[in-house]
Amino acid sequence: MKVDNIYKEEKKSAFAKLSEIIITMASRPSGLIGLSILVFHIILAFISPYIAPHDFKAIDPTLMLQAPSAEYWFGTDDLGRDVFTRTILGGRTALTITFFGSLIALLWGGLLGIFCGLVGGKIDDVVMRIVDAFLSIPWILAMLLIVSLLGTSTEVLIPALGFFYGKGIVRVARAATHDVIAKDFIVSARARGHSNFSIIWNEIIPNVRDAILVEGAMRWSWMLLGFSSLSFLGFGVSPPTPDWGLMISNARGLMSFAYWAVIAPIVGLSSLIIGINLTADAFAKALGIDRSTKAPV
Amino acid sequence: MMTDIIQKVKNLSIGFRSKKGDEILILKNISTNIKKGETVGIVGESGSGKSTLALAMMGYVKHGLYTIGGECQFNSSNLLKMKSKDLEKIRGRKIAMIPQNAGQALTPNLKIGYQIDEALQLHSDLDEIEREKKISELLNKVRLPSPETIALRYPHELSGGQQQRVAVAMALAGTPDLLLLDEPTTGLDVTTQAHVLELLNFIAKDTGTSMVYVSHDLGAIAQVSDRIIVMYSGEIVLEGPSRDILKKPIHPYTHGLLKSIPKLSLAGLPESMPGSQPQPGTIQGGCSFFDRCNFSDDNCKNNSPKLEFLKDLNTSVRCFNYEQLVNENEVSQTVNKIKNKSLDKEILNLSEVSISYAKQKLLDQIFNRISDENPTVKDINIDIKKGETIALVGESGSGKSTILKSIAGLLRTKDGLIKFDESRNLSSDLKERDPNDLRIIQLIFQNPDESLNPNHTVEEIIAQPLKLYFGLKGEKLKKNIIDLLQKVRLGEFYMSRYPRQLSGGEKQRVAVARAFAAKPDIILCDEVTSALDVSVQAAVLNLLQQLKEDFGTTYIFVSHDLAVVRAISDRVAVLYQGRLCEVGPSNDVYKFPSHPYTEVLLGAVLEPDPDIKPKLVAEDIVEERPPEKGCSFQGRCSRIVGDICKKEIPPWQLTDSGNAIRCHIPIKELQKQQF
Repeated sequence: MKVDNIYKEEKKSAFAKLSEIIITMASRPSGLIGLSILVFHIILAFISPYIAPHDFKAIDPTLMLQAPSAEYWFGTDDLGRDVFTRTILGGRTALTITFFGSLIALLWGGLLGIFCGLVGGKIDDVVMRIVDAFLSIPWILAMLLIVSLLGTSTEVLIPALGFFYGKGIVRVARAATHDVIAKDFIVSARARGHSNFSIIWNEIIPNVRDAILVEGAMRWSWMLLGFSSLSFLGFGVSPPTPDWGLMISNARGLMSFAYWAVIAPIVGLSSLIIGINLTADAFAKALGIDRSTKAPV
Repeated sequence: MMTDIIQKVKNLSIGFRSKKGDEILILKNISTNIKKGETVGIVGESGSGKSTLALAMMGYVKHGLYTIGGECQFNSSNLLKMKSKDLEKIRGRKIAMIPQNAGQALTPNLKIGYQIDEALQLHSDLDEIEREKKISELLNKVRLPSPETIALRYPHELSGGQQQRVAVAMALAGTPDLLLLDEPTTGLDVTTQAHVLELLNFIAKDTGTSMVYVSHDLGAIAQVSDRIIVMYSGEIVLEGPSRDILKKPIHPYTHGLLKSIPKLSLAGLPESMPGSQPQPGTIQGGCSFFDRCNFSDDNCKNNSPKLEFLKDLNTSVRCFNYEQLVNENEVSQTVNKIKNKSLDKEILNLSEVSISYAKQKLLDQIFNRISDENPTVKDINIDIKKGETIALVGESGSGKSTILKSIAGLLRTKDGLIKFDESRNLSSDLKERDPNDLRIIQLIFQNPDESLNPNHTVEEIIAQPLKLYFGLKGEKLKKNIIDLLQKVRLGEFYMSRYPRQLSGGEKQRVAVARAFAAKPDIILCDEVTSALDVSVQAAVLNLLQQLKEDFGTTYIFVSHDLAVVRAISDRVAVLYQGRLCEVGPSNDVYKFPSHPYTEVLLGAVLEPDPDIKPKLVAEDIVEERPPEKGCSFQGRCSRIVGDICKKEIPPWQLTDSGNAIRCHIPIKELQKQQF
């Protein structure tokens, strides 16, 4: 048989697959931009403590609200702290907390969604109505309640955010599972007598993984915005730890004459969100899921 | 003579660009003419380019494909270069298309009459009153009962056959000169298919419209076409008068194809054609059929043959060695008679099985017991002997797959017992079966695209039952997988492939290997060949038979294709509306006397022979649910004897040869009527 190479494709290692996906993502301008912004932010989060030119909590009343200069690149805030230092450090907490938060959201949302999709029937009905009920509660109110009861420590914020942003993933995972559940390979596995666990692990997850991962990446950017909103309201990171949401909140009253103190964290936050969004979109396209035409839920 | 030609396809090439930037041809340099009033059948396997050619004939190229060269001339203008505004004037008015799935082509929320009216508004200059008249005229023409009421219905209220008729009526609304039909009967039941083809024949004669009939089914093509074009991997390999091509094909592909199609008149498995059609872009010089050809030589390997017109035969052929076939007589089919060592030992016994899809709610049970008394499947009594192949046949809705599901434990029965090996009761609920009960019964599904997990390699797919039932690991597991692959004639290198890298036949082989991996006693085959290409079908059937002879497995074979059933089975059970009509040795079921429903089914089978016309015995009405009383076939039976058929369940009657028929008409009387 003459078989040409375009139809031949051997099983690849996970690493080879991942690098291929990243190359595909970077081949689109939007993907390349998104990836570079995201990578820039991640690198910055790692190295910022070592490159910060000033002490982020050094208060100096003589330096209050100075305009950008050679010494203080982004100027200083109302307490005389260096805005540049605080801006490059300000993404660290948000990035870490939301990253782990979205991992938790992915895990519980994805697994519960797949489980509901698989078992169906009464269990599915009940679980989905509970999820719907939670979806109807404004998340910020519920978050405020949790945070004011349990405090704003990382151990509280990560699971709380993970819980509230996982609800949406339940729906996506369930819908994606419904797409494959009627296929004969699942019927075949059932008829052979595989356990539910084995069906989920071997048959369903490989087929819904992509959709859930993309959804998780999108949730990450939403969660980042949500977390910054909490900080903005004073329920996220506690001062003097630098955080974009907190910085925006502090400096917004002085915006009319010290715009630099507000603009720097805004640029930081929005560029990261745009970066994650573009990356998630490129990721979806590289996996062959086009979010613009085929949205689950 | 020029005026006779309605569509002229000249040197047409259509293709796409691969990721690497290579130009890959779907159609290669196609030239042909469609004459006024003739019906041309384009036949080929999936991927042969037949649909692309038909669409190009109305100036349409699918998204992702583009025209590389050549033209499609209609009224001496090239459709492929025309602006979309000018095309709009031609499509529908001059060239109309009938799609494969009419159910999807009709808008679900608009009434039939309105949709035809729309077509009339677009494609004719009639005023409102004339249009209304025309609608019932059109519906009458496609033989839909009481056009006035049909016009007020929504598409979902019609059966598949009726929907297809509406699609024909819509296409005729613009009184086109050319009708393109893309597999118009493929999704329909056998009896409906025969009726629709007969209608198309009538319309071709009545209106003088030219038709291009695209199909993979030589049987359907044989019934309608005057001329046949055979396509293989984007090329015309044979073109000529219908009768000559079907009786004395001079291209090895068509010759092999006709040899490999199971026929009603022949018991036993036909010879199979090796290999499968190459993927587009994979042929490197030489004849595209070289790999699979019995007549090929070195010349074929290096040079690709040109389409040669033979004046004395009025046929074009693309082959160097066609002369070897010219002098041969009509295609003679040799079949391998199946030899099954079926023992007297019973392996599976269904007694009084009934299955209901009705939801068993408490309120339903108290107030409304009708759904309970009239289940989808009722009164199934079959005993299956060890080592035999028993086939369940019937149209869609006959309950054949439902019964299979219950045997597999996927669907709870309402009543009745399923007994294995004369002693063990099998519950119809998976959860109540122990692992060994699950192992002894394995399933092979209709469509391997759906039954193989697209994210697993062949190795992982076949490993699953081996790990689950035998706990194999490491080298032992690998050795077993290689063994199984060899048994289904696939090489070791297939292990690392994904299903999408395999052809349809190869995928089904992997599915077969997975079923045999469990070392089952019974394999349930659910329409295993109906998703496969014609040339691959015989090979898979032969493989199944070979494996059965090696392992002594029992097959329960579900199919709607009576010719395939005839080829492979020892015994046949005919089902209608979930009730058995006839059970017997296949040789006898295919002979008269038979149950009136079997008679209808046998009459409707399409054979690739222009001399065998289908006999349309009963109307092609579709019944939604089985009748509550009396014979299940009363609604469509042409031999109904009176009230008794409507009131009493007919008795089983035995013929001399051991064939059981369930009918009120005495066997002798049936025999007289049917001869």
